[in-house]
Amino acid sequence: MPIDLLGQYLLNTVMLGLIYALVAVGFTLFFGVMNIIQFSHGDIVMMGAFMCLYLVGAVASADIMPAPAQLIVSFVFAAALLGFVGIAIGRFLVLPMKDAPPLNVLLITLMLGTIIRECVRLFVPGGSNPIRFPPLLSTESYSLGKFTLRLDSALMLIIGAAVLIGTRTLIKRTKLGLAIQAVGQDEETARILGIDDRGVVLATFAIGAGLAAVAGVFSGLYYNQINFDMGLLLGVIGFSSAIVGGLGALGGAVLGGLLFASLQTFGTLALPIGGEYKDIFAFTVVIAIMTWRPTGLLGEKYKERV
Amino acid sequence: MRLRNANAASKYNYQLVVLDDECKPSTGVQVATKAAADQTIVAGITHYCSAVAIATMGTYHRFNLPIVVWGSVLPEVTYGNKFPEVHRVNGTMIDGDRDASKFMRSRGYKTWVVIHDTTDYGKGHLKYFSEALNSDGGQIIGTFAVSSDQQDFTAELTKIKSLKPDVVYVGGLVPLAVRVRSQMEKVGVDAQFQGTGGILSDGFIAGLGKSAEGALAFREGAAVEKLPGGQKFLSLYENQGFEGPPEAYGPFAFAASDLLIDVIEKVGPSRSAIIEELNAKKEWDSIIGKIAFDDHGQNTVSATTLYVVQDGKWQVWDQSEYASGKRHLNSK
Repeated sequence: MPIDLLGQYLLNTVMLGLIYALVAVGFTLFFGVMNIIQFSHGDIVMMGAFMCLYLVGAVASADIMPAPAQLIVSFVFAAALLGFVGIAIGRFLVLPMKDAPPLNVLLITLMLGTIIRECVRLFVPGGSNPIRFPPLLSTESYSLGKFTLRLDSALMLIIGAAVLIGTRTLIKRTKLGLAIQAVGQDEETARILGIDDRGVVLATFAIGAGLAAVAGVFSGLYYNQINFDMGLLLGVIGFSSAIVGGLGALGGAVLGGLLFASLQTFGTLALPIGGEYKDIFAFTVVIAIMTWRPTGLLGEKYKERV
Repeated sequence: MRLRNANAASKYNYQLVVLDDECKPSTGVQVATKAAADQTIVAGITHYCSAVAIATMGTYHRFNLPIVVWGSVLPEVTYGNKFPEVHRVNGTMIDGDRDASKFMRSRGYKTWVVIHDTTDYGKGHLKYFSEALNSDGGQIIGTFAVSSDQQDFTAELTKIKSLKPDVVYVGGLVPLAVRVRSQMEKVGVDAQFQGTGGILSDGFIAGLGKSAEGALAFREGAAVEKLPGGQKFLSLYENQGFEGPPEAYGPFAFAASDLLIDVIEKVGPSRSAIIEELNAKKEWDSIIGKIAFDDHGQNTVSATTLYVVQDGKWQVWDQSEYASGKRHLNSK
């Protein structure tokens, strides 16, 4: 395969992997702090995309700033709104279920995701069809043979990487991040030490929702369209990526996202049986990895048993 | 619309029970079962999505509910079984794909890549379009089967870009077509876009904006303006105050309803009587022309209409600036 074509496939894979990683990091954060699977996370991503789109429309109609500025302003508001949604989910759905089996939280959030998805399909005008997301960043491109890099893709790669590094820095090096880690390790002890465990949980949900907003907007900008069910498969793949990378490990979530995207691309290009089986191939490999490394590639080596 | 305008002198009061199949076979079977099991429902006007239609025909047969299909184009809906309950007023994809192949070859296109969804609809289009294209001397240089909810096509389209086809044919509905067309531009695939009747919707154009310009779609059946009752249908529709346009298959849905009401007026609201009358080998007048079912319940629809997106609207080819030569399709 020519090097320029290979480079193009690699770029496509990294872009897709970035979106998966942003979703996977959210799952990992929720699991890390509360041992729960927030299964509406994919649909929250979708909500973030729709919120940003409508805010862009509102800001654009005022016609007071250029497109990139419209995007930034709209994104900030969308992320803030979505943060409140995340806090509401944490406060009213998850925290009350704190002492229930984790499966209950998974089910309840799965059902919430269905409600969100169906509400968008039914109540957003034209919601059952894909909706155009305008190209708000420069679409100038640079080509070298069969390799083409669009400026908006390059920007998203840089910003996405910065967001992931920023999230890791927040968790590892800030007081809030240390509090999140403390609550994740031992909630009772953290409380005794004066950490507001409920506040930390809600802050985690807000951060997760913020990441969802980034993933949703990136998906809209990259594909130039959003649709009501984009979060369903994103959620499944994001969750699988978090699991295979190691639930609770931020680096694992990123690795899992890139791995999944690579498996899908490889499946499309290299499988003799055809690309329609690429998801079967990708999930089969993920199952095999999980059988080999049950706690994920970068998770703890052994699950602690008491 | 047909029920709203049921003649005041009708023998019966008609009530429309609306059930949404969500274009999902599993949901379709549920709502088909619900309708068919309800003995107050005497007939059905069903389905748009072929994947749903093929999944539900057995249900209607099991409960002896007569139905008239108005949108689904999969041949197997009528020809896959010989169910006396099943009838269809619109054409099948065999005709559409045959005429599409002839037209595209007459424009000089030689090579195609086909992206199709893995439902019966997408697979059916692949099958019938391939057969027609082979007969017409065209060549399919790549085929990609994808799930109808797949979001990312960059891997497939990067491969397609290196194949350099003249045409990218999408055998799927609006969501798939929008994503493929949008990402074709992103990846830089320089080929003519060709779709099926399933993308003939304002949703396709709304999802793409200016990128929809020049996209082609072929639909079985004449354009509404050329239908015998087309103008009557359009003026009636305009007076109803509906939110959206009648869409590509609106006239067929109307014709299906019209036919059923006429049959019920004649034989009464009995499922078995309706089935017998629909299978009685006769012709009915309708806004789409004469309706005559063959022994599989399939109406003969001979014309195929080509549409092209021009300035944000689906335009009948013959009336477009592309046909007159003022604008040009993508060509190598």
